[in-house]
Amino acid sequence: MTSQSPFTRALTDPAQPVPAGLVSPRGTADSKRFAVYRNNVHVSLVGALAARFPVTRQLVGEEFFTGMARLYVAQTKPKGPVLIHYGDSFPDFVAQFPPASGLPYLPDLARLEAAWTEAYNAADAIALAPADLSTIAGDALASLDLTLAPSTRLVRSGFPVGTLWSAHQTTPVSIPALSGSECVLLTRPQAHVRLTIIPPAACAFLEAIGQGRTLGQAAEAVLTVFPDFDPGAALVGLAGLGAFTTLTKELADV
Amino acid sequence: MPFDTLPARPGLGLKPQHYAQILANKPDLGFFEVHAENYMGEGGPPHRYLAAICENYPLSLHGVGLSIGGEAPLDRDHLKRLRALVERYQPASFSEHLAWSSHDEGYLNDLLPVPYTPQTLDRVVSHVDEVQQVLGRRMLLENPSTYVLFEESTIEEVDFLAAIADRTGCGLLLDVNNVMVSAVNHRLDPVAYIDRFPVHHVGEIHLAGYDETTDDAGERLLIDAHGSRVRPDVFERYRHTIIRTGALPTLIEWDNNVPAFDVLMDEVRLVGEVLDGTLNRRLAS
Repeated sequence: MTSQSPFTRALTDPAQPVPAGLVSPRGTADSKRFAVYRNNVHVSLVGALAARFPVTRQLVGEEFFTGMARLYVAQTKPKGPVLIHYGDSFPDFVAQFPPASGLPYLPDLARLEAAWTEAYNAADAIALAPADLSTIAGDALASLDLTLAPSTRLVRSGFPVGTLWSAHQTTPVSIPALSGSECVLLTRPQAHVRLTIIPPAACAFLEAIGQGRTLGQAAEAVLTVFPDFDPGAALVGLAGLGAFTTLTKELADV
Repeated sequence: MPFDTLPARPGLGLKPQHYAQILANKPDLGFFEVHAENYMGEGGPPHRYLAAICENYPLSLHGVGLSIGGEAPLDRDHLKRLRALVERYQPASFSEHLAWSSHDEGYLNDLLPVPYTPQTLDRVVSHVDEVQQVLGRRMLLENPSTYVLFEESTIEEVDFLAAIADRTGCGLLLDVNNVMVSAVNHRLDPVAYIDRFPVHHVGEIHLAGYDETTDDAGERLLIDAHGSRVRPDVFERYRHTIIRTGALPTLIEWDNNVPAFDVLMDEVRLVGEVLDGTLNRRLAS
């Protein structure tokens, strides 16, 4: 019996001949017929990457992107049929892809796009509203453990990737200055993903909260690095962007 | 309100770029169909829109990744995800393909062909049984479009599908574009295929546009492309099918280079004319 193993090997390695036992109606092996399957696999998976990394693609052009994506597809197949997760390791591949080294911001831009899809598909949750915090006394607030919303993502970059990404959401694209680091926060407060460039101190604060520190511990840690940091303002701002889930009953009663 | 069967009317594949327009205008359509795998994220806008659309239209849930024709056991995690979707959206129909798409190397994202032998028949039958058991409902199995033949095949495709339906109790999804693609590619008569197809098992019809190239011998090779209007020869075979079967739920599939919604509604109108014409002839006779 023609096993699916040689079929798969020939499918993913164009150097291999058409597997034995596969024929045209003339009874002969036919490379163009088998090439339809090879092409379907590559084109559909490159298409999945193009859909997840549209700005990366715009930045390098379609031809370059397709060439880069084909190499990724050749070495990394989806783990399963849910393609919204396909390409999680594509940003790391871009970082190691020598022809892209002239665009040092490209891997982080791709990381931002990967995170955007995660935020888009993350579980629904009710966001903590800034007003929810106003009822909590100061010392209770300091001992509060907030939970990040399932859609909250942070991307830190040595390049202004948030600004660069935003510039590509409109036409014509006006290319921003490509220097300066950025902390990009993705949230999904209502129906849509929202991108906000936040100050480094607020980013460190959010990371500390995400690591399970109480608000008081997180504020203290950030203040040692950023003495001017205002935890109260940051908390209200981040909550307003939908970065946290609502308090459970138990916590709200603290 | 829940819908438990697809109406014998035209339906469309649901595309994200049309969500807002559909909810704003509520076009007159029999049903929407989605690829199950596109709604396997945990939350977010896709589910929000699908839930809103399901309040207004029956849903056909169409799987593309279960690998029912695969040599490996079915992916239990994927079956669980399908069951969760079926429980959440209560679709009027669930369908999958007579094909495989996963192997040790991973998911290949194409519908790959299966040889037709007594051994592969047993395997597909046991996979369909398992799907129906896990989902707790009858499924439809779709005839494939293929570009190669297997020397080892001993059973004709129509008989293979009929045997699966007889042994598992599943229904069949007749893709008339796939019939045309395979018939041209393998020098078979598409009308003879349709006339032999066990139409009493058919629960839905698919229509789509094909592309065209040539094989090594320079002979016509059709590609199941889903990126254009339904070709006139496929429409003609569809008309022939509907005269034989009576009106059936009929989907326009357009997955690549998705056009403006109005273009899709124009295809819907053509399908509607075929379905209405059949109805009128039946009423007149």
